[in-house]
Amino acid sequence: MISLVPLVVLLPLIGAALALLFSRRPRLQRAITVVALAAVAVIGIVLLVVVDTGETLVMQVGGWPAPFGVSLVVDRLSALMVSISALVLLAVLVFAIGQGLADGDEETPVSIYHPAYLVLAAGVFTAFIAGDLFNLYVGFEILLVASYVLLTLGGTEPRIRAGTTYIVVSLLSSLLFLAAIAMLYASTGTVNIAQLSERIADLPTEVQTLLHVMLLMGFGIKAAVFPLSFWLPDSYPTAPAPVTAVFAGLLTKVGVYAIIRTETILFPSPELNNALLIVALLTMVVGILGAIAQADIKRMLSFTLVSHIGYMVLGVGLGTAAGVAAAIFYTVHHIVVQTTLFLATGLIERRGGTTSIHSLGGLLKASPVVGVLYFIPALNLGGIPPFSGFLGKLGLLEAAAAVGTPLAYTLIGAAVVVSLLTLYPLARTWNLAFWRPRSEVENYESTITVELHDDPWAGTTTATRSLSGLMVGATTAMVCVSVSITLLAGPLYALATRAGTDLQGTERYVTAVLGPAGEAGDR
Amino acid sequence: MTVSLALLIPMAVLYACGVYLLLEKSMTRVILGFLLIGNATNILLLITAGRPGSAPITDGASPEPYSDPLPQALILTAIVITFAVSAFLMALVYRSWRLSREDALEPDAEDLAISKRAGAAAEPLERTQGDTDFDAEESPLEPGAAAADDETAEAGRGGRTS
Repeated sequence: MISLVPLVVLLPLIGAALALLFSRRPRLQRAITVVALAAVAVIGIVLLVVVDTGETLVMQVGGWPAPFGVSLVVDRLSALMVSISALVLLAVLVFAIGQGLADGDEETPVSIYHPAYLVLAAGVFTAFIAGDLFNLYVGFEILLVASYVLLTLGGTEPRIRAGTTYIVVSLLSSLLFLAAIAMLYASTGTVNIAQLSERIADLPTEVQTLLHVMLLMGFGIKAAVFPLSFWLPDSYPTAPAPVTAVFAGLLTKVGVYAIIRTETILFPSPELNNALLIVALLTMVVGILGAIAQADIKRMLSFTLVSHIGYMVLGVGLGTAAGVAAAIFYTVHHIVVQTTLFLATGLIERRGGTTSIHSLGGLLKASPVVGVLYFIPALNLGGIPPFSGFLGKLGLLEAAAAVGTPLAYTLIGAAVVVSLLTLYPLARTWNLAFWRPRSEVENYESTITVELHDDPWAGTTTATRSLSGLMVGATTAMVCVSVSITLLAGPLYALATRAGTDLQGTERYVTAVLGPAGEAGDR
Repeated sequence: MTVSLALLIPMAVLYACGVYLLLEKSMTRVILGFLLIGNATNILLLITAGRPGSAPITDGASPEPYSDPLPQALILTAIVITFAVSAFLMALVYRSWRLSREDALEPDAEDLAISKRAGAAAEPLERTQGDTDFDAEESPLEPGAAAADDETAEAGRGGRTS
């Protein structure tokens, strides 16, 4: 079983190399990419089943024992994240292939898409199974470099402009993270997460706080937590639909995952929990207010993405097992739903030729399928019962109520209001793009659109194109996954609770990596 | 842990200059700033190794005379990553220059909208000097400039496929 662990990273990397070699044979290249990701999805689910029996899989790479070599650690949280990411990556890949086939991409020089996509996947999986802080940094860099390529694909002016912002901000966060690693090493003499967790507790409080804040800032930029979130709505919407979908679904969640690890294993002390809660509050409120002001669907969704990161930080900031469990469930739900919504927006863009709600109309009549594929995840994101968004928020609110401080109750209120406000831009898009007849689009006057301005950098209106079966199929599959999260919410929430309980107290993780406490004594 | 002043001072200077350059509008300077900060961080990693020593090829004897090899391994990785990313950044800036013949980053369109709105609301108040920076005339959105950009883009694309 243990030999499956490195395959999660190796398969996408080997696939990327092969895909690059066969860049002149698009059919083979597509097959390689699909097979690599499907294999990782299967391995992820096998790993999840194995670690759910209570065993934590630890691979000591190269046979070097734990504090000296690089450890790869798969516990319930890692396996869950790997499985769900692999499924999402696979669905988006099928969507992208459908779009490429429909557009006749065969002659254009975009054969770099598949290798870059697989490298991105490898980076995401590396980050999820890293048991070593520097390996986590390398994972971040792999996925970031691949994301730079994907974001600037084609090199048009809006993408270069958006890419520049994204790259400079990401670089800054990486350097911050690297400096934090250097300072952690200087103060503890290790970069192994398990050993760090043993030694950080002995450091003076001021040093702990400094290191803690530095790590959180590095991860906060990646997760797009409020004061560090302004790059996201600026850079994501210009990329092609499948790229935006996978970025929105996964990249910020890698940041959230790192925050969860920081808060539970490296710095389990509750000193920054209140700060995290305040940041979560601001992220939720500022994000959703931004979404309300947007006329472009992709930009609007990017702002709701920022806003809903706040819910996950809320769960982590509570510092209880129930809070972390709810955050994990919400993260899984949000990965699926946000990706689905961006894929549906990709379908809207093809059917309507634009993503601005000023010029969309009559889509329900033109394409009822797209209507359904947008409507279900929109309700889910807004937290309408019985969907998983509602269940996830309920879990978060229950965990917050159990904490019971005035700040926790403030956050409950804010979370409910933000959830309601999320429905407003989503329903407005529905009303204008789907319900409004095509004939009313010209000279449309309404109080709900008067203050909305189009994003001047958004792509110009293109001709409407037909949908390919693969694109609709992939989006439908994602909608089915999001609905099945609702249907399987009981077992999944139980799994998230077990994962959250695992993370309570650091002994479990430390023992799994370094061996029983007696042996670890003399390290 | 002993820290060498000879490393600490260059690190501080590199960080200071890097942050200054990173805040500039010109993309070339941003790249230079990124390179400086990257190297400052590498020096920081080097400092964490503590006291210098001989090469850590040991035969199981006491570790005392050797320097700590781990930070050096970390620095190597960091250098490779920084190198790759700066190569990509330079290609990006070159592409950006080919497209718009401009090195500086465009003012953000929403900043423009907000500063315009703020300007309209605060008309009786004294207009700040900064407003002139966000002059709509300089915006690349005017049709003439956009058409020129498209031509350059076409030329670039033609050059690549041939």
